[in-house]
Amino acid sequence: MLSVIYAILFWAAAVILVAGLGLRIARYARTPAPLKIPTTPAPMTRSGVVLRMAREIVFFESLFKSNKWIWLFGWTFHMGMWLVLIRHIRYFTHDIPGWLALAQPFGTYAGFAMLAGLLGLWARRFLVERIRYISGPSDHLMLALLVAISGSGLMMRFVVHTDIVAVKVFMLGLLRLRIETLPTEPILLVHLGCVAILMIVFPISKLMHAPAVFFSPTRNQVDNPREQRHLAPWAAKLEQ
Amino acid sequence: MAAPETVIPELEHALDVPCLRPGAMEGLQPFVAKPEHNEPLGFPGELVPDWKEKALEKMAELADKNRGFRVYLDMCVKCGACTDKCHYFIGTGDPKNMPVARQDLLRSVYRRYFTFAGKYFPWLVGARDLTEDVLYEWYSYYHQCSQCRRCSVFCPYGIDTAEITMAARDILAHVGIGQKYSNEIIGKVYKIGNNLGLPEPALANTLEGLEEDIEEETGVTVRLPLDEKGADILLVTPSADFFAEPHVDGLMGYAKVFHEAGVSWTISSYASEAANFGMFIGNYENMRQISLRIRKAAQDLGVKRIIFGECGHAWRVAYSFLNTLAGPFDFLDQNYPVPQHILDFTWGEIQKGTLKLDKSRNDHINLTYHDSCNVARASRIGDYPGSQFEIPRNVIRAVCNNYHDMDRDTTHESTLCCGGGGGLLTDDLTDLRIKGAAPRMTAMQKLTEEHGTTHLAAICAICKSQFTKVLPKYGYEMDAILSVHQLVSNAVILTGQETQEDAGEPAEAAQAP
Ligand code: SF4
Ligand code: SF4
Repeated sequence: MLSVIYAILFWAAAVILVAGLGLRIARYARTPAPLKIPTTPAPMTRSGVVLRMAREIVFFESLFKSNKWIWLFGWTFHMGMWLVLIRHIRYFTHDIPGWLALAQPFGTYAGFAMLAGLLGLWARRFLVERIRYISGPSDHLMLALLVAISGSGLMMRFVVHTDIVAVKVFMLGLLRLRIETLPTEPILLVHLGCVAILMIVFPISKLMHAPAVFFSPTRNQVDNPREQRHLAPWAAKLEQ
Repeated sequence: MAAPETVIPELEHALDVPCLRPGAMEGLQPFVAKPEHNEPLGFPGELVPDWKEKALEKMAELADKNRGFRVYLDMCVKCGACTDKCHYFIGTGDPKNMPVARQDLLRSVYRRYFTFAGKYFPWLVGARDLTEDVLYEWYSYYHQCSQCRRCSVFCPYGIDTAEITMAARDILAHVGIGQKYSNEIIGKVYKIGNNLGLPEPALANTLEGLEEDIEEETGVTVRLPLDEKGADILLVTPSADFFAEPHVDGLMGYAKVFHEAGVSWTISSYASEAANFGMFIGNYENMRQISLRIRKAAQDLGVKRIIFGECGHAWRVAYSFLNTLAGPFDFLDQNYPVPQHILDFTWGEIQKGTLKLDKSRNDHINLTYHDSCNVARASRIGDYPGSQFEIPRNVIRAVCNNYHDMDRDTTHESTLCCGGGGGLLTDDLTDLRIKGAAPRMTAMQKLTEEHGTTHLAAICAICKSQFTKVLPKYGYEMDAILSVHQLVSNAVILTGQETQEDAGEPAEAAQAP
């Protein structure tokens, strides 16, 4: 019974995540940027912009300039999360390639970095007056959700081990649209339940910052307004 | 409402983070425009009865027309990195002047009507209904933002509060709540051709007077031509350059540089204004109408090039938007940048060695330079990124011996706004302007302690007017603000000019690098 509920939950979450993301991204892509507004100094070529964007996404360059504490916690959390996510690929593939095996220990300890970063960010929401002022219930809930996910994950890895082989069979089954039996440890159910919630709220929450950053005109535009005329389709109509 | 009781903020350091003072600037608002100010711009004269529907309609329209507006409303994660970056927050402590909080004033309404979470769980995501109080709260706090973009430099996603401010002002104007200062000025541009409402005969008179001044000072005839057909260069400059101090000294500087360079140039009475307040009110159509005047003037006069005088937001519109709004400029000489910045031109002449410069003529000045926001963070001057910082400094160093930069975290792309940009340069906002200038002034005071700095140079008409007003509040003379081309004007020795400084002591003519 539980297996069925979780299977349906995950299928639904996956559909909502993919469809929601697709719709939102299509919306961003369709909306024109009427004017050239890169924050200067900005790169003068496309490849320069790719580099600028890469520095933002890999190193959080602007955040580093801005605030060292937020950078430290935010960067630790995000990079830890990537490693953890990579580690989790093993539950979705039959054979584990060499690189993935190699990534396992890193992914494991990155879980601690992820949690530490999250707790640091959360602490700031209470301790720093300015950030307390701008934090709303959803900001706290989002952190709670992420802490629950990483906390329960670490628990399963280091404290109450779960039948990981069975979990993998369940997940591989989901990919083939089959429902296998899911172990019933509460901690696993919490972990998976929270992940499903995260997937569902992703397209309707601030988590959209992940895809949206690629559409931010202040960061993704080339500084060449004099050389190349930039005109939005709706603005072109004003000229007729 | 020019509050005489303005308390000058005392900051240890330019970037001191204040304690929150909720409500500190509540209710402050510039005069609301009258019907006769709104209507010529295509806006309703006063608050329309169906303001709520109209405002939401406009909001939806902007979200469809402007990608920046849409993604910025969605993507903020409330990380707080921008919270201490706004000079108005530093100067006032009002939490609604923190960039993210300023955005939230509008975002909360956007969420309520246009997002799933805000429609069904408003309390969760801080969504709220649009009420008349909210409209006036917008009017107040979106006129406490100078659209300086300092916050966008420091946001991990580049969220630009200026874009939200422009959208908010545009929405307000569409329901009939316009800002008197900006709208009245735009009306003058449509009617007369410039912000000051200076008609052609008065302009001609003024320019003649300036020619006389230069001749008196130097003994050389330097022309300031008006509406001269067939000239090579059209100079478009902020109308403050025609008589405000220290702007006008800058204009005489441009004239001297053009004279020495031996180029033919002209000012147009039809487009006698570089400023474009259409940007301040966030309205594309008005910004475009104003820009088209420059195109028309260039075509009518048959010029080959366009050069812009010293002005910050005008240069943003010129550099970043003019091609979009009024292009293509294929009828101009493509061997020159279209448009070109006057400092780019002057720096070129200095490098060529056409200007004979005597730096010692600025020796009574101990100078620093204020990077104007719009030049620093929204444009470029030369042909490489960052030239907007280097070219003005290169020119300054070529004409002035005593120069020091303020702290690096308050200059270049991190520069602090003068406090008067973005349509706030009006007497009804004096209190805010004084407080908003505190970080910049504090950075300058530090330099005065360390190096005895006496003067501040800028390349923006608004900065110059603003500093004239606020410098005295921070212990400087009101004429401690200089145009960069005023320094050039001081130093340049015109061909045929007798250097009658002291008959016995020949002035040392320093040839530029
Ligand atoms: S820095 Fe950007 S993402 Fe962070 S709170 Fe400010 S606007 Fe939002
Ligand atoms: S654009 Fe400038 S004035 Fe406006 S919120 Fe950002 S930092 Fe403040």
